[in-house]
Amino acid sequence: MKVFDCPVIGRRPISEFDYVGEVRKPPMDADETTWAEYVFNRNGAPGLLREWWYHRPTGRWYVMERDTLKDEVLRFIDLEEVRYDIPA
Amino acid sequence: MPWRLLKHGFTSSHNEPRFFPETRPLKSHYDVVIIGGGGHGMACAYYLAKEHGITDVAVLEQGYIGGGNTGRNTTIVRSNYLTPEGVKFYDTSLKLFEDLSDDFDLNIFYSTRGHFTLAHTDSALRTMRWRAEVNKHHGIDSEVVDRDFIAKEVPYMDLDCAGHNPVMGALYHAPGAVARHDAVAWGYARGAYNRGVEIHQKTRVTAIRTQGDRVTGVETDRGFVSCNKVVSMVAGSTPRITSMLGLQTPIEIYPLQACVSEPVKPFMDTIVVSGSLHVYVSQSSRGEMVMGASVDPSVLHSTRSSFDFVEGLTDKMIDLFPFMSRMKVMRQWAGMSDITPDFAPIMGKTPIEGFYLDAGWGTWGFKATPVSGKTMAWTLANDRNHELIEPFRLSRFADFDLVGEKGAASVGH
Repeated sequence: MKVFDCPVIGRRPISEFDYVGEVRKPPMDADETTWAEYVFNRNGAPGLLREWWYHRPTGRWYVMERDTLKDEVLRFIDLEEVRYDIPA
Repeated sequence: MPWRLLKHGFTSSHNEPRFFPETRPLKSHYDVVIIGGGGHGMACAYYLAKEHGITDVAVLEQGYIGGGNTGRNTTIVRSNYLTPEGVKFYDTSLKLFEDLSDDFDLNIFYSTRGHFTLAHTDSALRTMRWRAEVNKHHGIDSEVVDRDFIAKEVPYMDLDCAGHNPVMGALYHAPGAVARHDAVAWGYARGAYNRGVEIHQKTRVTAIRTQGDRVTGVETDRGFVSCNKVVSMVAGSTPRITSMLGLQTPIEIYPLQACVSEPVKPFMDTIVVSGSLHVYVSQSSRGEMVMGASVDPSVLHSTRSSFDFVEGLTDKMIDLFPFMSRMKVMRQWAGMSDITPDFAPIMGKTPIEGFYLDAGWGTWGFKATPVSGKTMAWTLANDRNHELIEPFRLSRFADFDLVGEKGAASVGH
C-alpha cells in the first residue's frame, strides 16, 4: 500500500501520514487492572483494525479500517462513530 | 565438497546422510509441545532433553526449520543493553553462543567483530555513557570511544557523515559478534533430535484445547495431539496463538526489513550501528554487506519488502560510507517482528496453566536464542519462571513494572 484514497483530500502518498495506532476507548472510571489493559494491551491478531492516521501537511486526523494481513484500507470511518463523551 | 558433488553427479543415487528425519506420524500424546521450530523452539527442545532429561517433546513448525525470523535477522550478537535485566540476560546468551560450535560439533561461524554504536548528538552520547557504565558494572566490555579511535578502527567511514550528522563518539562493545543463523537452528535441532525429541515440519497448530484454566492439547492440520505443557515460540505469529486462547498481550506486529549488497572483498571487520540514522551494517563471511534499518511505520502481518525501505536505508548508508554508492543491492526481505511497549521480551508462565509464552522478540530475538531456550526449558521443567526471565513476565504490564529496554536495535527511541 503506497497511496491512501482519502474521501476528503483525495489520493495521497502514505509517506505524508503518521501512523498513530489502534483506536481504543479509555475505560474512564475503572480500577487499575482495567486501566493497565487499556494502556498496554493491543489487538495484535491479523484482520480488520481501526487505526488513527495523522496527515502532516494538513494537520488532520483520520480513522481508517484496514486489513492488516493484506495491507488494504477498506473504509474511512466517520469520526462520529468513534467519538465518546468525557465525563464531567 | 566440489569433488563429492561431481562424483554424485555421475551416479543416479547417493547416500548423503539426512540432517533431519523424514516426517513420521504424530503421536497422540506428548509431555511438552513446542509451537515453532525456529532457533528459540529448537534451543528449548535441546536444553529440555540435555539438561532436564525431558525427551517426550514434539516441536511443531508450520513451515520449515529456521524459515521464519531465525533465517531473516542480520545475525548480530551483543550484550551492551541498557537495563541491568537486559544486560545480564543477553550476556548469558553471548557466553553460550561462544561455545555452541563445540556443543553442536557444527561450525556456526561465530565471529567476534567489535560493535560500534555511533552517537551523532550530545543526547545520544549521554545515553552511550549511561549504557557503558551499566555494562561495566555488570562486567561487560563496553566503553565510550572518541572520533580518533573510530577513525582508526573504521577508516573507510565518513565521520562527518556528509556534513549532515557528524559522529561525536561511539559506544564500543568489543565482544559484539556475528554468527550463521541457520546453523544455530540446525545445530540445536540436530542435538534435540539425537536426544529423542520429535521434530514435525509443515505442521500448523490451528487451535489450543483447554479444560478450565488448563491446557489439554493442540489441534493441528495433522490431527489432535494431547499434551501436558504447551510453549509458544513463534515470534511474529504470537498474536495468532494467543488469540486462540483469548489471552491479551501488548504485542503488535511490525515488519522489519533488511537487505544485502553484492559480495565484495572483505574490508570491514566491525559492526557499525547508528541509532540516530536508524541503520546498521556488517560484512558477512561471503563478503556481502548486511544492512538493516528500523521497523516499518505501521502494523502489518506480512513479509513483503518495499522500495521505500531500500531508498531510505541507502540514503543514510551512503552518507556514512560514500564508496557504497557504486555497490548494488542484491536481495531484500522482511520478517514480522513482535514489538512490545518496553522493547523487552515476554517470557514464562501465563494465566493459563500449562501454557508458556516466549514472545515479544521484536528486533532482538536472534541474539537471545541460546539463553531463551535454556531459561524456557528450565521454566517448563520446574513450572516456575527462571530468575533471569522473571523481569520479562507477562504480568509486568498489569503491575506497571515495565523494563524500558532502550538499548534495543532498530526501534525509534
